[in-house]
Amino acid sequence: MLKDQDRIFTNIYGHHDPFLAGARSRGDWDGTKEILAKGRDWLVANVKESGLRGRGGAGFSTGLKWSFMPKESDGRPHYLVVNADEGEPGTCKDREIMRHDPHKLVEGCLVASFAIGANAAYIYARGEFYRETEALQRAIDEAYEAGLIGKDACGSGWDFDLYIHRGMGAYICGEETALIESMEGKKGQPRLKPPFPANAGLYGCPSTVNNVESIAVTPTILRRGAEWFAGFGRANNTGTKLYNISGHVEQPCTVEEEMSIPLKELIEKHAGGVRGGWDNLQAIIPGGASVPCLTKGVCDSVLMDFDSLKEQGSGLGTAAIMVMDKSTDIIAAIARLSAFYKHESCGQCTPCREGTGWMSRMMARMVAGNASLDEIDLLEQVTRQIEGHTICALGDAAAWPIQGLIKNFRPEMEARIEQAKKNAAA
Amino acid sequence: MSTQAGSFEQPTSFEFTSEVMAMAKAHIAKYPEGRQASAVMPLLDLAQRQNDGWLPRAAMDYVADFLSIPRIEAYEVATFYTMYNLEPVGKHHVQVCTNLPCWLRGSDQIVEAATRNLGIEMGETTEDGMFTLSAMECLGACVNAPMMQINDDYYEDLDETSTESILTELKHGQAPKTGSQIDRKSCEPIGGLTSLNSDAGGD
Repeated sequence: MLKDQDRIFTNIYGHHDPFLAGARSRGDWDGTKEILAKGRDWLVANVKESGLRGRGGAGFSTGLKWSFMPKESDGRPHYLVVNADEGEPGTCKDREIMRHDPHKLVEGCLVASFAIGANAAYIYARGEFYRETEALQRAIDEAYEAGLIGKDACGSGWDFDLYIHRGMGAYICGEETALIESMEGKKGQPRLKPPFPANAGLYGCPSTVNNVESIAVTPTILRRGAEWFAGFGRANNTGTKLYNISGHVEQPCTVEEEMSIPLKELIEKHAGGVRGGWDNLQAIIPGGASVPCLTKGVCDSVLMDFDSLKEQGSGLGTAAIMVMDKSTDIIAAIARLSAFYKHESCGQCTPCREGTGWMSRMMARMVAGNASLDEIDLLEQVTRQIEGHTICALGDAAAWPIQGLIKNFRPEMEARIEQAKKNAAA
Repeated sequence: MSTQAGSFEQPTSFEFTSEVMAMAKAHIAKYPEGRQASAVMPLLDLAQRQNDGWLPRAAMDYVADFLSIPRIEAYEVATFYTMYNLEPVGKHHVQVCTNLPCWLRGSDQIVEAATRNLGIEMGETTEDGMFTLSAMECLGACVNAPMMQINDDYYEDLDETSTESILTELKHGQAPKTGSQIDRKSCEPIGGLTSLNSDAGGD
């Protein structure tokens, strides 16, 4: 189990002062000037070496992403855009960083912006997080006041401005190009890639979009060393991670643990175990609503990392773990997610716009058993028609939970249909 | 965007108060020269806040003209993002999360408690204009489920009793406790800390 001295987010529960004095006492803003003095290449190389993979769901190497930014400006400014539009069902980690450890994010914004040659960064915060945004703004104001950001940030000679842009309730804006569109004052509809944001992002300028947690861990990684961070978890899955454990556990919570911790150990150590005991477990969605669910048999031994979950046909996603015990109507649970994706489809691509509605209506029938057996295959086929056929990954995200349901719980779906037939006959 | 049907009057004009005008200018200053269109979202939000929580057509026109952008662009934004209310809402906008993590922990009962207490169904507003009740998608407080948002505040770790008492307090003009409604500061395990229980937390 991770020791407290190796935890990055030492105020994630808000038991201590979240603001500058408290943050400094926890080590934030310690030697930031010296870190920046090591230069852009050193920063990028060290973040790469740490093995940090993006914490927003896709798991792309953060250091590698930074390295895609032009080394020299061609006259266009560079931007860092931080994705704080947290809305993946089950996920509530960035919220805690913003309200309880905001200086880690502010310092991370400075370090990351310096590393990619950006003099300005925007944090796109979900609109519903009004109080969290207030706390973050207070931290930004404090940092300006103390000379940590602004002109000659930390005495580094680098000018750096940091702003918050509030979203207004659109899940799709968590997709990086939709987020950029939204920041430009438009509907949040994803762009075709390429060009990638590193070439043409915000205002057509080179931009890097990173998740809150990815940015907030970088100052600590650089202070303590890439090897330190890389010492946790398995190869290719390194570091520490914030996990959100919700649903049918005794003690739902957020906790920072090592990557690659066994799922069962994580739940039993920190969340008080599954309600009614481990054997009462039916299924777990391990990485936010967009990843397929796992059966108990898999949960017995799977590790919480990118590779282990991928091997099991699921994904780490945002590491938001939703636990469902045997009392759960698993078909209704997945149908609820289908209704969510229908609500959040931006309407741009036909397979997603039409498909999410169709799948949601079909899932509602599956909940009632008001379907024929061969419609399960039809549903599966339609998810394959949507997956991979849209500009962004929302179509995939809508398809995968249903695929996971059919793969793992087909007998339950069939039984529901048979039962409904019997009920109708009686 | 609110999808509630109902009859209401659109005001014929709108303009920022001087206080809101100052906030609007501060928002515009965040964006580079010539990129003032980026401020359309915060300015529409300011307009909505000034106008008792909903966004009339006249305010969209005003914000578009203020930013020198085509009015249709303001309409596009106002109708795309769900936090813009295009019809009047109650003084207290009660938004109950009904997505999976909340549903697993009893959001159906929270919906029942709220409808019972307020005497309205989902999507309706009380006759006195005090409360609007809405079902929400995930609000991102999943380890504190079930929860609801009322205006700018979250109320978490709810049960039927706490839900009703929050709403009753609001009816009486009181300010109920925000955040977790049980013995818990935020997202730590209810039964006691399993981490950060040494002295690593600082001050």
